[in-house]
Amino acid sequence: MRFAVSLLTVLGIASIIGTVLKQNEPYPNYVIKFGQFWFDLFEKLGLYDVYHSVWFLVILVFLVLSTSLCIYRNSPLMLRELRAYREGATEKSLRAFSHRASYTVAASAEARARIVQFLTQRGFRFKPVQQADGSELIAAKAGSYQRLGYILTHTAIVVICVGGLIDGNVPFKLQELLGYKKVETLDIPENEVPAISRLSVRNLSFRANMTLPEGASSNVSFMRIRDGYLVQELPFRIQLKQFRIEHYATGQPKSFESDLLIIDPDLKEPLAHTISVNHPLIYKGIAIYQSDFQDGGTKLDLNAYGLFGAKDQPIKVQSNIFKNVTLGEGEQALKVEFNDFRLFNILNLSPDGKGKPHNVGPNITYKVRDTQGQAREYVSYMQPLQLDGRRYFVTGMRATPQDELKYLRIPADDDFSLQGFMRLRATMFDPALHEEIARRYTQDAMGDKADAEMRNKFQASVVQLLQGFDAGGYTRVARMIEEAVPEPQREKAAQTYLKIISGATLEAYKLGRERAGLKTGELDTNTQIFLQDSLNAMSDLFFYGAPFYLQLDEFQQRQASGLQLTRSPGKNLVYGGSVLLVLGIFAMIYIRERRIWMLIKPTNEVLFTMSANRKNRDLDMEFEQYREQLRRLLQSE
Amino acid sequence: MNTILFEDHPQPLLKRLRWQDWLYAILLCAGALFAYQQYGAYMDAYEKTFLIGAALGFSYLGWQWKPMRLLIPGIAIISLFAIQLYQADLARAEHAFLLKFLISSQSAIMWMNVLFVLAMLTYWFALFRRSEFSGKVATSLTWSAVLMGFVGLMVRWYESYLIAPDVGHIPISNLYEVFVLFCLITALLYLYYERRYETRQLGGFVLLVINAAVGFILWYTFDRQANAIQPLVPALQSYWMKIHVPANFIGYGAFSLAAMVGSAYLLAERGILASRLPKLEVLDDVMYKAIAVGFAFFTIATILGAMWAAEAWGGYWSWDPKETWALIVWLNYAAWLHLRLVKGLRGSMLAWWALVGLLVTSFAFLGVNMFLSGLHSYGTL
Repeated sequence: MRFAVSLLTVLGIASIIGTVLKQNEPYPNYVIKFGQFWFDLFEKLGLYDVYHSVWFLVILVFLVLSTSLCIYRNSPLMLRELRAYREGATEKSLRAFSHRASYTVAASAEARARIVQFLTQRGFRFKPVQQADGSELIAAKAGSYQRLGYILTHTAIVVICVGGLIDGNVPFKLQELLGYKKVETLDIPENEVPAISRLSVRNLSFRANMTLPEGASSNVSFMRIRDGYLVQELPFRIQLKQFRIEHYATGQPKSFESDLLIIDPDLKEPLAHTISVNHPLIYKGIAIYQSDFQDGGTKLDLNAYGLFGAKDQPIKVQSNIFKNVTLGEGEQALKVEFNDFRLFNILNLSPDGKGKPHNVGPNITYKVRDTQGQAREYVSYMQPLQLDGRRYFVTGMRATPQDELKYLRIPADDDFSLQGFMRLRATMFDPALHEEIARRYTQDAMGDKADAEMRNKFQASVVQLLQGFDAGGYTRVARMIEEAVPEPQREKAAQTYLKIISGATLEAYKLGRERAGLKTGELDTNTQIFLQDSLNAMSDLFFYGAPFYLQLDEFQQRQASGLQLTRSPGKNLVYGGSVLLVLGIFAMIYIRERRIWMLIKPTNEVLFTMSANRKNRDLDMEFEQYREQLRRLLQSE
Repeated sequence: MNTILFEDHPQPLLKRLRWQDWLYAILLCAGALFAYQQYGAYMDAYEKTFLIGAALGFSYLGWQWKPMRLLIPGIAIISLFAIQLYQADLARAEHAFLLKFLISSQSAIMWMNVLFVLAMLTYWFALFRRSEFSGKVATSLTWSAVLMGFVGLMVRWYESYLIAPDVGHIPISNLYEVFVLFCLITALLYLYYERRYETRQLGGFVLLVINAAVGFILWYTFDRQANAIQPLVPALQSYWMKIHVPANFIGYGAFSLAAMVGSAYLLAERGILASRLPKLEVLDDVMYKAIAVGFAFFTIATILGAMWAAEAWGGYWSWDPKETWALIVWLNYAAWLHLRLVKGLRGSMLAWWALVGLLVTSFAFLGVNMFLSGLHSYGTL
């Protein structure tokens, strides 16, 4: 008993640890969180999967054993109590009861008849016993089935735990301890996984996952265990015909559905069935659930814009999700790994965050990896997003998964395209055009009045500034100021420099359009803001981490459905145990065991005593009531 | 003699019923029949069972606990009246006078909040002034709050279908809605014990915890606009929700009630308010009865949750933080009952424990959603 309670306490504490520490994360995440020392310690303690660790299961087994022992030892006693009338009570012991009353009656035979009727009406069963001194003891009881409550609840705990242990991975744990099975930790194709890491179709219970792209089929699933996995073979093949997400008018997902085809030699023709969340398919004792979804290799057509050269036209790149593309050559080669495509993105873009979230269209997630293996992650939206009333092409970037995404915002031009910015950027970053931009700007700023020397000097410094901006954006310009200008004049110099840069940008804008054969109209506020945003974006390019910008041009979506497959033969045990548990609890709480002894003495005295196995107010109140009722019953004529 | 035996004899329930009881039951059955006749074609077997079950179940409840015979028809009449006022146009909640100020779901729930606050103040006033009349007023206020709260939920249910037919769902699906449910269930449980034990003095204590929830509802409404009706995510589109959530909240409500009675017990034991509060053994008994009810329903709710999980998540038990904390709450109260029933423990120890139990329960209810992540991520703050 005490042992069981201690075990339960330990289980409780272990369970709390399991809720506080996120379970079953990829192991590198833990290393980053705790550092190597604690990671190793926690791993030895099995804290990353508390509920399946050996010690947790051992405690559960002990709990089952200890509770079973308890039932084995106490049930006979309980059942005896359930049947017993305790007719052996002596007058002396009855007189020691706290709940007792005595009455004087006229005739004991008449009194006996009334007592019998009294007890029967109140649902008491009784057993009369003649005593040696001529008196008669009527031992009565009601609510004896309360005792069953103990047996039922304790049996329920054992049954539920056994069911849970069967469905947990105890069978696998045993096989692993004995060396028959081993977790595979290498990322290799399924058919190369050795037999020691495969579980056959005969495996009693499992909970495994399968990711199926549309059109694909498979007859194996994967069980993630600690930092590796096992392959679970299935007695049939599942094909995914189509995966669908439906949305509410507000954009939130309404349903996830997969059209499946079960291909099984035992079937005359494949079985078609659609599963959705809350509506699994159960076939051959294996339940197939709609669990999650992901991309299944969407085809992507991309425009790759160079960010630092003089070229403003993109090159076309074709790829799909999970396929890599290499851009550049030799040491400069960069591998682009496309990880995810999302058709719908519900974002709240209102400045105060109080507006309605809405769908902003598709985005892609990709990593850019250099020859050293260093990678940055990018999240790029296909369509320009509306921010503060203007439209921007937005791409988030981060160097490590722990960082927040930092966003590059490129202003969309009047045609909602990237081209306007890219043309301006190419002009600004073309060293061959710096002279021309500077000349035009000088002409604008000074007119014809200034002398040639002044003019040349000014023009040369504009070129220098353009070169500086070209080499490192505002940061570089700030450094130039720091190097060349003494501290007190810096602020003023910065203002002048900024004014020159934005003036030169306007010239670059006109020049770029001229070269592209476009007319430039009146300079309005719209264009001014566009130019300012473009300048900021150009300066931010130096922190973008990649020398190209990938813009999603077209796509052909292919989805994959995440299925969960389970076989849990322990489920019926658990449900059966649950029924026992509820019955037991109601019996324990709402059936009250009460006993009454009526001792009818030859001296015409009647002794009434009452007891319950639980002393509480109900007993007090019921006793008071009975005492009064008996008084009226026995002492009336 | 026979007359005495007859008078004292505990009568079976059916013989104790009066004409009002029968009228009430007939009314409920007629309502159910009407609903069946109107909408039977759209119901599946499960919904039909529930319709019949509700008519029978609420009849029985009303027979056992007489005030229900007024409350349930009252909720029905006012809700139906409100629905009529809508004329199938959600915008009328802002225009029609009665809807705007009284019985649109938002207004009704606001009235519930106000009435609960007033009820609490009146209960405390009655306690300090030993005023029986004020106590009765407080009880009536609490009943009115319950009435308005249920009307609010019923109308909200209807409103959700006005937004769009596919959005419509029972209003127990997010934190805002279940907080209203929590207030109502806790208040009903209290009102039951108040009548049964004639203990108006406890009202102030129990209404404290209800008003804490009211405070949360107000903050949630005004600061987070969480009162907006949101469509159901796919995982919640299941009939299990309709029984799992209410069963759980009977548990939470009963545990909270027990904790507040426990606090009254601790005060009375130290002589504070002792002359005004019920006797210690009455407090002890109410506390026990509340935990017993809560435990039974919490067990059922957890089992129902497991059965739902088996259908939605692919396993009846996934050691999801919410599940695990439900287990911890369950073990906590199992130990409480065990010590009381088997070891005969009584008194302040159990009262303290019931109070601490409220902390554990609150963490399972709210803390898990706030601090831990998992499959139960519907009610995030």
